[in-house]
Amino acid sequence: MGRYLAGRTLRALLTVVAVVTLVFVMVRALPGDPAVLILGESASPEDLAEMRTRLHLDASLFDQYLLFLGDVVDGSLGRSFRAPDQTVRSRVAEVLPDTAALALTATLFAWCLAIPLGVVAAMNRDRPIDLLARGVALSGVALPTIWLGPLLVLCFAVELRVLPMPGDDEGGVFALVLPALTIGAALAAALTRQTRGAMIEALGEPYVAAARARGLSVRRAAVVHGLRNALVPVVTVGASQLGALLGGAVIAEKIYERQGLGTLMLEAFAARDVPVLQGAVLVIAFVYVGIQFALDLALAALDPRVRLS
Amino acid sequence: MKRRRKLRTGTVLAIGFAFFAIFGPFFAPMAPTSIDLRHEYELPSLAHLLGTADNGVDILSALLYGARLAGVVAVGSVGLSLLIGAPLGALAGHRGGVTDRVVMGLADVVQSFPSIVLHVAVVALIARPSVIVVVLALAANGWVGHARLARAQALSVGQLEFITAARALGASEARVVLRHLLPNLAGPLVVSATGALGAAVLAESTLSFLGLGPGLATSWGALLDQGASVILRFPHVALVSGGALAVTVLGLNLAGDELRDALDPRTRRR
Repeated sequence: MGRYLAGRTLRALLTVVAVVTLVFVMVRALPGDPAVLILGESASPEDLAEMRTRLHLDASLFDQYLLFLGDVVDGSLGRSFRAPDQTVRSRVAEVLPDTAALALTATLFAWCLAIPLGVVAAMNRDRPIDLLARGVALSGVALPTIWLGPLLVLCFAVELRVLPMPGDDEGGVFALVLPALTIGAALAAALTRQTRGAMIEALGEPYVAAARARGLSVRRAAVVHGLRNALVPVVTVGASQLGALLGGAVIAEKIYERQGLGTLMLEAFAARDVPVLQGAVLVIAFVYVGIQFALDLALAALDPRVRLS
Repeated sequence: MKRRRKLRTGTVLAIGFAFFAIFGPFFAPMAPTSIDLRHEYELPSLAHLLGTADNGVDILSALLYGARLAGVVAVGSVGLSLLIGAPLGALAGHRGGVTDRVVMGLADVVQSFPSIVLHVAVVALIARPSVIVVVLALAANGWVGHARLARAQALSVGQLEFITAARALGASEARVVLRHLLPNLAGPLVVSATGALGAAVLAESTLSFLGLGPGLATSWGALLDQGASVILRFPHVALVSGGALAVTVLGLNLAGDELRDALDPRTRRR
């Protein structure tokens, strides 16, 4: 386990450095000129030149890279152009809890729905509950997040009036329900499909039959012996869907007028605030790399084959 | 043995989408930008088969023009992704060693960004969103899937006798990759590209929905965004535009699966 841990940590650190480099390359090497981006296309050449000096765009690429790295290493992530007295880090820290709450609620909802549904469906193939599970699994492909959001608003906030409308500040914890459903649906669909498939396979394995032969009930054999083995591919799929979940947060925050990293990105784009934009992108990528790292460790703990291979 | 013809829903939907993407604008009853303020947000009627949206724009016309935009972006970005990803992946699988590590390392880094976030970042960092910018943004991580597939295929095909035979006959490495390896990877790549079209249509609409799309007036995503903001009073705008998007994305995804089944003799008779 120690060797595995060291190898994974090194890989995660390398990925973080590569992510920082890629963001730097995107900002500096893409056809867009940051000075034009900030001042607009009608700016005078003098203003543009001054802005380039302020942004250190006239320094060598290597020096610019070092400056950029410095901002990342000291944790400030640079300063906002629109509000120079604020570091990007403080802007990100302000909204990070909102996005985290949304993403966690969505994940929780997806797992709590998908695992039981997938297990019960696998144990009752072709019965109504299985058809329901297959419907849920298909809806993930058939309902794009940007459509599901407005549909949920229409159904629960406009017609049934049981949940708050987007932008309602009085909503409290209920305001989290629809956004979490919106982005959790795709994850729930993928997890249901995977759990059902993995459980059907596990239930046919000799060790489940052996557990039954030793006198365990169907339920106990399925859950204790089947599910643990079925969970490995399920966790893998869950991990691969996390990017979609974080991306979905951008969509949900826009639909439900919530503050968060996604809204921060879109506001920074509208205000041409490049440091805030790149800071938000970096933080999302860091979080994503960190979660995948943690999940790799969880998988290794769950399945000895992973850490020994 | 009698072969039952399966109903190929996805293929039918995909061909339908292709038809509207190519010819749709010719059928559009009016321009997607024609303004008629007296008939704003009207429900479907004989004059406007799918109703009207903001400024009285005819939704059917906007959708038909939007289909072309979605089609152009999807074909452009998937084509570019294939052009970058397939040779890179085949080369990585074939050469192994350092080449393989560099290509796959790059793929890992690109995938450290949630797809939507990378798209938003690329578009936002180039001064003005346009069709080409959106295509570039979608290809920025679109190539990874094709590269991984090409690599895996190259690893297994590379072991086969005809590659060894070509080498034994004195073919150069470049000739082996280009003339013998890549043509044998074409089948799986075509299948994955078909599925990728659905993802690209969705990504274009998502960018437009977020306000970073190429053509704000005609994109399905932009229309859906507009519909979402007036959903309290005029839900038909979001229902119709989102429905068109959902059916298209589902159709293209299914078409990819159906194409795979049709090309793979092992699943054909099931």
